[in-house]
Amino acid sequence: MSNEIEAIKDPGLPAHVHRKTDTDPIAEKRAERQVAILFLISALGTLLFIYSYYFIADDVFIFLPVMGSSNAHQLFLGLGLAIALFFIGAAAIHWAKTLMPDEEVIAMRHTLRSEDEDRDAFVATVKERAGAAGLGRRSLIKRTMGLSLGLIGLSPLVLLRDLGPLPKDDLTKTSWTAGTRLVTDPGDRPIRPEDLEVGAVAQVLPEIRPDQKRTLNDIGKDAVLLIRIRPEEFQLSAERLSWTHEGIIAFSKICSHMGCAVALYEQSTKHLLCPCHQSTFDVPRAAKVIFGPAARPLPQLAITVDSEGYLVAQKPFTEPVGPSFWERSS
Amino acid sequence: MTARERIAGTVANYVDERTGAAKWAKKNLTKVFPDHWSFLLGEVALYSFIILLLSGTFLTFWFDPSQREVLYEGGYEPLEGLHMSAAYASTLHISFEVRGGLLMRQIHHWAALIFMAAIVVHLLRVYFTGAFRKPREFNWIIGVGLLTLGIVEGFLGYSLPDDLLSGTGIRIAEAIIQALPVVGTYIAFFAFGGAFPGEAFIPRIYTVHVLLLPGIFLALITAHLMLVWYQKHTQWPGPGRTEKNVVGYPLMPAYMAKAGGFFFIVFGVTAFLGAVASINPIWLYGPYNPGQISAGSQPDWYMGWLDGLVRMAPPLESHLFGHTISWNILIPGLIIPGILFTGMALYPFIESWITGDKREHHLLDRPRNVPNRTALGAMSLTFMLVALINGGNDIIATNFHLAINQVMWFSRISIILLPPIAFVVTKRICLSLQRADRELVLHGRETGRLLMLPHGEFVEVHEPISPELAWKLTAHEQAPALALEDFDARGVRRRGGFKNKIRKRISRANAEVIAKPTASDLKEIEHH
Repeated sequence: MSNEIEAIKDPGLPAHVHRKTDTDPIAEKRAERQVAILFLISALGTLLFIYSYYFIADDVFIFLPVMGSSNAHQLFLGLGLAIALFFIGAAAIHWAKTLMPDEEVIAMRHTLRSEDEDRDAFVATVKERAGAAGLGRRSLIKRTMGLSLGLIGLSPLVLLRDLGPLPKDDLTKTSWTAGTRLVTDPGDRPIRPEDLEVGAVAQVLPEIRPDQKRTLNDIGKDAVLLIRIRPEEFQLSAERLSWTHEGIIAFSKICSHMGCAVALYEQSTKHLLCPCHQSTFDVPRAAKVIFGPAARPLPQLAITVDSEGYLVAQKPFTEPVGPSFWERSS
Repeated sequence: MTARERIAGTVANYVDERTGAAKWAKKNLTKVFPDHWSFLLGEVALYSFIILLLSGTFLTFWFDPSQREVLYEGGYEPLEGLHMSAAYASTLHISFEVRGGLLMRQIHHWAALIFMAAIVVHLLRVYFTGAFRKPREFNWIIGVGLLTLGIVEGFLGYSLPDDLLSGTGIRIAEAIIQALPVVGTYIAFFAFGGAFPGEAFIPRIYTVHVLLLPGIFLALITAHLMLVWYQKHTQWPGPGRTEKNVVGYPLMPAYMAKAGGFFFIVFGVTAFLGAVASINPIWLYGPYNPGQISAGSQPDWYMGWLDGLVRMAPPLESHLFGHTISWNILIPGLIIPGILFTGMALYPFIESWITGDKREHHLLDRPRNVPNRTALGAMSLTFMLVALINGGNDIIATNFHLAINQVMWFSRISIILLPPIAFVVTKRICLSLQRADRELVLHGRETGRLLMLPHGEFVEVHEPISPELAWKLTAHEQAPALALEDFDARGVRRRGGFKNKIRKRISRANAEVIAKPTASDLKEIEHH
């Protein structure tokens, strides 16, 4: 920008305009009363709060538009608190806006940077002090100090080791073994093929002995979905077809993407959908991923029937169930 | 001297003789704070944090952070006789048996949502007005840290009740940890004390949620506020406001009353929401069971964008030498958020590198006067919004009768296409607004009054604007692009030529503005 161009000038802070409450005693009195009323409303709010706490039973429900049926105890307790708090704020702000001085003032900023002499003195002090401590010279001390500080940094890592066990085969093994019966969840009843109609879905778990207890960890790996379709609808390899039984196919219910329960089965399209990230699996094609972020089909469990006609697993899962992890080989 | 004055004097004397506080207080009671509604956003975040501490402390008196299995025999009939974790049972107890417990739970949850929203909007205010520039870069970085920790803290908080919805969230978090190459499985097993879900995770995150993170929050917020106090607040350009001064109201009494009053307003509004608006009704979800899930699972809004990115990721996974790398989890769950947050933290330095501006700035920018920054902000926001929308793609699909695939493909394409469009459009809008400002200064305000001239021509009467407004519209600085020579004085090609080229390019785009009117321009018009 050349020098002859003249910029528009700063006219400076505009003159202060007085409020009505500054000049008119009636307006001032009115504002004072308004502030007092606001404080009083707050006090009433606290009284409502206390009343609701002690005297409104917690089984009374009232209807609120939009919100529907609401618990009166909780509602009035909350409203009392809200009124008590809000009106203190409203009163304070109204007070500040109408009655407290409202003249804008100018303050100067100070430079954040230290004076040059202070900076020089600082550098000189650091140099002199560090020199006196021999930080620059004593390399033996410096190196051993580095070693000891570095090593002590490892100690929390060592201490945290007992947070959990090593993974071992925990992610690759489930409770399913050859001959394990499929039982309903909930109910723990063994099922026969006839219990499932075509189009039906059932969640099953491996049968446990009466003295055993099923933990959430077990369910997180063992949950299986049974789906029955017409056998001619399968588009499976001969091996995978032999894993089904009379149109009943079993998949791990734990999503191969991030481990949510794949719970939505759409009967008309025969798709399984995971509600978390919408990965969609095609049941007749061995749960092939046809949409969404999952990269692998749901592991299929080979099933058959035992001598009593109940559904059992032919063998354990042939691959780990659930989300991927570094050590997983396929 | 009245009795009251005598008592106050005695107390003040007692404190001052031991702390010397009078000297400090004398100066700071008249400290000047500039006034603008946008400066209240950070206050909302601060006040929500206090509300979170108060309501959270109340909840800890009854909450039992344990995954030990218990038989529910409380007052909520539909869940009577079910096995559940002590964490879930105690949350039910707080909701149904402790008087005011549900209110406090809802206030706590609403305050968390408001806390995060206030942080985000406060961050946008700071970004779009350039308040992060020197000397406030430290505070920007602290702010990005608070935002990041806020997301973690919020997630841990809503994971504590161990209901079906939040348990699913933990399951997803575990899958993200497990997806880390080499160490993922080990970290997951250490964090969960074994396989998912185990019985260790909720007690552990409880300590992090109520002790570790709040402590870090307190430290960071204190540093954040001390810096604001010490560096003094930025102010909007306007008559009488310069880089060297600060114009506003003294702390005592008006600013104190307003800021203090505002705390009660924020608390009051949060209490109102807690009273009337049900949030996270965990009794409807049931206790967590890894074999179950409810349709339409949604995280809280500040996690929604992350979930949206994960949902739209393509199904990529590598299997190499007997190992698996889940790109479908790593890219949306860790790599993209990592790039976004690192870029955000470094932004003040990137901008100062582009502009070569190393001076202090205390006057805010009007967003239109910095088109490139504003456009970049709009671009990032668009990216986040598309991701957030996709985080609710199932809800959108159900409500608008669309196929989930359509919503997903819309998001996948939009997230690549829309941000650049937002950049270009925003930049053009900024330049148009600059042009409108220039017109306003040079030709005045359109009055809407039409005049018929003697020869029959109609003209609209323009009124000159006030000198105050004219100053406000022209107070900003229009710096030219950086002059970066490819060759030095001796004609030798300078090192880092490619870096220089990029810097020059961006700097040139950055300097693209509509020339602001000058007094000389105005005089010239008067001569016509």
